[in-house]
Formats: sequence, structure tokens, C-alpha cells
Amino acid sequence: MVRIIVCVKQALDVSQIKVDAATRRLITVDAQKKISDFDKNAIEEAVRLKEKLGGEVVTLTLEPEDARTTVREALAMGADKAYVVSDPVFEGGDTMATSYVLAEAVKKIGSFDLVLCGEASVDSFSAQVGPRLADRLNVPVVMYVKKLTLEGDTVTVERNLEDSYETIRVKTPALLTVTKELNEPRIPSLMSIMKASKKEVVVWNAADVGVAKEKVGEAGSAIKVVSVLAPKVERKRIVIKGETAAEVAENLAKALIQDGVVKQVKA
Amino acid sequence: MMSEFRGVWFYSENMDLMLEMLTKAKELAGKLKAETGALVIGHEVKAQAQKLVGSGADKVLVVDHAGLKVFNSETYLGVLTSVVKERKPEVVLFGSTRKGKELAARLATRLQTGCVPDCTNLSVDEQGRLVSERVVYGGSASAMHVFLTRPQIACVPPRTFEKSVPSEKKGEIVDVEVAQLEAPRTETVEVKPLEVSGGKLEEAKVVIVGGRGVEKKEDFKILESLSYALGGQVGYTRPLAEDRKWFKGDWIGLSGIKIRPVLYIGAGISGVIQHVAGIRDSQVIVAINKDAEAPIFEMADYIVVGDLYEVIPALEAALKKLLARS
Repeated sequence: MVRIIVCVKQALDVSQIKVDAATRRLITVDAQKKISDFDKNAIEEAVRLKEKLGGEVVTLTLEPEDARTTVREALAMGADKAYVVSDPVFEGGDTMATSYVLAEAVKKIGSFDLVLCGEASVDSFSAQVGPRLADRLNVPVVMYVKKLTLEGDTVTVERNLEDSYETIRVKTPALLTVTKELNEPRIPSLMSIMKASKKEVVVWNAADVGVAKEKVGEAGSAIKVVSVLAPKVERKRIVIKGETAAEVAENLAKALIQDGVVKQVKA
Repeated sequence: MMSEFRGVWFYSENMDLMLEMLTKAKELAGKLKAETGALVIGHEVKAQAQKLVGSGADKVLVVDHAGLKVFNSETYLGVLTSVVKERKPEVVLFGSTRKGKELAARLATRLQTGCVPDCTNLSVDEQGRLVSERVVYGGSASAMHVFLTRPQIACVPPRTFEKSVPSEKKGEIVDVEVAQLEAPRTETVEVKPLEVSGGKLEEAKVVIVGGRGVEKKEDFKILESLSYALGGQVGYTRPLAEDRKWFKGDWIGLSGIKIRPVLYIGAGISGVIQHVAGIRDSQVIVAINKDAEAPIFEMADYIVVGDLYEVIPALEAALKKLLARS
């Protein structure tokens, strides 16, 4: 029997973000929110472990706004119960404030063998909340897990670093962050989607999890956003012209030589 | 309260990255009228410490212990926490590697402070606060943050700054004793070197990248021929690895390899934001695409509306012709 808590972030679908060319500001109103990609790998792995060993998988989501629709997908994938900690006071929280709330929520949910998180969220991609949460909970953490086996109270994981490949052993309870190499998340069947609608979604606010208001959201953050802008594009944007491909190529070659970016060629 | 924090420190398990961070640390320390402090943790690490002094670090803090010979994030984190708590640097930079990001996030948690990973730039504002820049939203934007607490922890990816060059200035090596090493809760069973591209793409001066406009895998030989002539490397976009399965991993883009060559030539690439995020820092960008509306043209220096199958070989021939004369 295993008890696994999966942290699930409701992230912006970054492919739907547009940029206002004049101000370089982002237009996010049309971008939908969805389960952050790697969190699905975490859900999938938790559900597989439960299917093999028995037990329970619960998800935990922190969201200033409503996330009840998003977490239904996690339930359809096989999670048993979803916790959504939702309160407007969480708005603008950095990774320090976010991990504090998540830690208090985990303590309220109760004991666990594993906490699983995606390696990073697709929108902010900071990879901070997982390790921060582990330290808050005072459990060991292994990040970037691409394979895991759980036997008794021992988890053996494999992960890639930039230039090496590691096998690491750790005792439960532990927190792991997972990569997309770990598994192929299932697409829920119609039957499981229907079943999911009957599963429980517990919604808590800041007071329910007992967090101090001055330690959450923007007020409880250690960093403050100065600006979020599309990068400046300072390119020449010169259209190379010519009647034939050879002529175009020659004009391009001349420009590259003049810029000093091509100085010599090998035969 | 915050004034008790002094100094710009930096740590990475990667020595090249240490020298790159030193360059930025010197700049930040100059603005903050503080000293740079390199942290070296391990066993028998004198050579690294001397190299850092020789490259201009004001102080090199050395924690040398037999128990630190092999990297373990828990033991190393324990050392970092005690040294940083005791000596109170104002800024701590970490290498933005997988190991470094974990250490930075956990140190920040233990010290109840802020941390920004993957910084593309760092500066100091008029109030003496660290300001970081990093790419967010899948490459659509760059976010600037300012730190409100101390120490200020930021991570710097490899090859973001130039390596610090050897200098005359004589810094000092400070041996730091740690009372007791934290017992690790994770056990590293095995470490094997990973076969990687060896940083070839990241270090190449010229990179020719093929996208979905390349019809067959064999057609990459056109790109390879040009690349060989220019002494460069060939790369590919994510769809060629993920959808067509022509290559394994290591595509160029936000989720893969980020490059900053002197010359980037994109052939048959439409220019989705995720790819663009991986090439944005290239010095000169050439885009070749049949579609005059391809988004990559928005951020190219030289725009060629044409067929890569004609233009690439013609470009190779033209360069050979023009450069043979001189």
C-alpha cells in the first residue's frame, strides 16, 4: 500500500500566449489553463504505482483562482481525490511563498510515502517548488527522475544530469521531481472521465490550511516582478534579393563576408 | 539589517562556470563596493582555489574535507548553509546546472530567501538590490525580478558570461572549517558518464539548423556540406527528433540546446517561439524558407525567401568562389 501526493499546477498554455508588438506586453487572456505537462508524468507514475502496490493517490493544487475543472483531468487519469488550495491572497506568490502553502497543505493531508512533482512548470519553468517543498517537509529530494522503482520503503531512481547518469537510492518518505522520459501519460477513457466526476474535490482556503497571510502571495514573497516583456528584436531584417537562387546566394555570401562572420571556407 | 550582508559569492561544481560567474561577480561587486568570494567545496581542491585567485577572485573560501570528495547534494547543502549563515554574503550565485539549481533552491528555503534560476543577466538597481532577468512562458518573454530579502540567490547557466581572464590582483585563500558534515539521506549507487554532443553545438561558431522544410533525413547532407566548409556544426529542430524520429534528443530550442554562434543559418524553419528562444543570442541570423510569411523572418538579419535545396548549395558555391579570390 502506498500513499502518494502529486503536486499539480494549473499552468498557462504557453503556445497560446500572444505578444503586443508595440508594447512588448504579453496577451494571456486567450491562453487556456491546463495541467502543466510534466505534472501529468507525475500523475501517471503515481497511478501506476498504486495499480501495482495498492493504496491511494491524491493531487494537490494551489491556485488563486478556480482550478476545479483542471483537476478533474487528474482524477480521470486515476487519482482518487483532489485537494485544491484556492484563495485570492495567493496571487503573486513566488516559489518561497508557494512552497510554504503547499507544505502546510501536505501536513494537513497527512502522511505519505512519496510526493511527486513535475520537474518544472511549463509557464515559469523555475524547477524551484519541488526542492523547496522537500526542505519544508524535511524529507529527502531527488530531482529529474526518469525511472523509478519502489520496493518496501526504498525508492531507486535513475536520472540524467548534464554530463552524467546517476542511480540514487532513498528511503520514503521522499519527494521526487520527474521528467517526461519517465512514462507516457495516459489519455483518460470516456468511462474514467465519467467516473472522475463522482470523485471528491476538496477545496481549502488560506485559513483552512492555517497559513499566515503575511507569508503568502505577493506579501510573503522574497522576489518581486519588475517587468515581463517579450524580448526586444534588434535584427536587420534585410531581404536578400536576386533573379536566381545563385544570385540570391551570392548576395547573401557577400553580406556575410562583409559582416565578418565568414572569413574562410574549407574546400 | 540588510547592511550586515556583504560580498558577492559564487559556487558551481563546474570550474568553467566558476570562471564565467567570476566575471559577473566582479561587475556586481564593483557596483556594490564589495568583495567577490568564490566557494570551493571538495577534497584536495587547492588547484581550483589557486586558479580562481589567479583569475581575480578577492577571496576563495575553501571547504576541504575527505567526506566531501564525492558530490552529495545533502552534504554539500549542509556545508553551504552553515558557511552562508555564518558569513552572510549579500549575493550568492550558483551555476544553473541540475545540481546547482537544487542546491540554490534548498539553500534559499533554509535561509528563507529568494532564488531565481536560469538568469540570462544580472544587475544592481539604484537601491543596491539584485535584479535578475530570465526567460519565461516558453520563450515568449523575459521576466525581470528584484530581490527583497538577503542573501540574494541567483543561478547562472553555462556560457552566459565570458570567462574571467588571469589577473595580477592577489586575492586570498581562506580555509573554512566545518564542524560536522550533514549525514546524507540519499545514497548515490552509481554514476556513469553520459554520452552527450560534447558541447559541440553550444561551442560552434557557425551552426546550420534544418527544420521541417528538410524533406528527408538524407537531405541533411546538403547542410552538412555547407557546415563542413564553414567549420561549423549541424543542428535540427524538435519536430525532426520528436515527430519524425530522425534524431535522438538534443534539438535546438528552449527545451533542448540553446546556442549563441557567430552565424546561425536556419533552413526550412518556420520559427516557433520555442525554437527562437534557443537561437536568440546568435550574432547573425540567416533564415531560408519558401514561405514568405514564416515567423522566423521577424527575427532574422538576412531573409531569404527561397528553396533551401537550391539556396544552401548555391551559398556554399558562392562563398567558395568569393573567398577563393582573396
